[in-house]
Amino acid sequence: MANITFNAVGIRALSACVPHDIVYNRDLGYLIPEEEIEKVISNIGIAERRIAPDDVTASDLCYKAAVQLMADNDIDPESIDLLLFMSQTQDYRIPATSCILQHRLGLPKSTMCFDISLGCSGYLYALSTAFAYASLPGINRVLLLDGETFSKIVNRRDKVDWPLYGDAGTATLVEKGDFGQSSFLLNTDGSGENTLKIHAGMRNPITAQSCVEREQEDGNIRSDLEVFMDGMDVFNFAISKVPRCVKQVLADAGKTVDDVDYLVFHQANRFMMDFFVKKLKIDPERVPYCISKYGNTSSSSVPLTVASELVGKLDGTKNVVFSAFGAGLSWGAALLSMHDCKVSPVIEY
Amino acid sequence: MNFADLFEETDCDSIKANTCFKDLEEWSSLLALSVIAMIDEEYDVEFRGDDIRGSKTVEDLYKIVKSRVG
Repeated sequence: MANITFNAVGIRALSACVPHDIVYNRDLGYLIPEEEIEKVISNIGIAERRIAPDDVTASDLCYKAAVQLMADNDIDPESIDLLLFMSQTQDYRIPATSCILQHRLGLPKSTMCFDISLGCSGYLYALSTAFAYASLPGINRVLLLDGETFSKIVNRRDKVDWPLYGDAGTATLVEKGDFGQSSFLLNTDGSGENTLKIHAGMRNPITAQSCVEREQEDGNIRSDLEVFMDGMDVFNFAISKVPRCVKQVLADAGKTVDDVDYLVFHQANRFMMDFFVKKLKIDPERVPYCISKYGNTSSSSVPLTVASELVGKLDGTKNVVFSAFGAGLSWGAALLSMHDCKVSPVIEY
Repeated sequence: MNFADLFEETDCDSIKANTCFKDLEEWSSLLALSVIAMIDEEYDVEFRGDDIRGSKTVEDLYKIVKSRVG
């Protein structure tokens, strides 16, 4: 069981950047019958999303978020020991995007860099990696960049996925300091590999045929290079695992939901998060949502929600829970003792 | 909360055990999520996408739930 505890490391600062261009779900008449659009928007809780232009990538959004974070907190690039880039939409297949970002951000050549790729739970895993390295002698500061541009891997005629996803880039600065105990509970069930998948890769080599858009289940259109999601199975998975996982990470620390100042969920869809809130019996005031403005930004959604909704609210010491879940299947929860975390407001690219 | 309560526009009395629920005008993929949520809440039973896809009538759903209760 991956139940990890850290002391004296934590999140010092956090920032986020979204594309300038807005796509409105009320304009999805070509995909969803007009009379159903309002109901869909109210159920998934997504009115609009930010979509990156063709020439803007997840790393561009993260770069801008990182520059903002370093400026707002007077961070010397020379002080960054490790740069992590978490994304499923990297710039290239080779090399790792973190290396490109090291150079672009002016970080020293002594910076350790690597990419992490996982589903919507990725931020939790990457954050636990950042905490683990920051706990070691020799590493004081870790810059974790988590960004996704799912608009580039979702077909616009896929009515399951297209209304949900938005793009975002985030930066999280993790360092040694006067922080209390934080713990992570991380889980995996690979038997659910087909629930959320892009088929083309090494197992199914990419050919000219992979690019061909085909009509799939329920009239959805997509190619083998684009995301498939079984919405019902994801929902069943999430409601059976996520509330339990949140309860467990709290119980392991001798706490209950009443001790939590903020519980930040992966912004999958509003209906699902409302279900979690009901099931956990937590005060909804403590559960920030930014999904109506930004949609589901995959692994970036937890830090984006912090930047969008918790500016100025993380002064002093706060018990904050992050919980995320997604492709893999992979899920987890983290109970963080946050202390004077400086959150920069969301900026536009 | 039962299956018929999930429908807002459909007359509850028109939903019977032998109703082919996917033929109801109000049926949608989002309503399917409500069914999965209701079954989790009311019966503490895990209901998968294939269970919904493989069911035609309300009774089919009932039988799957019944086989998994307890």
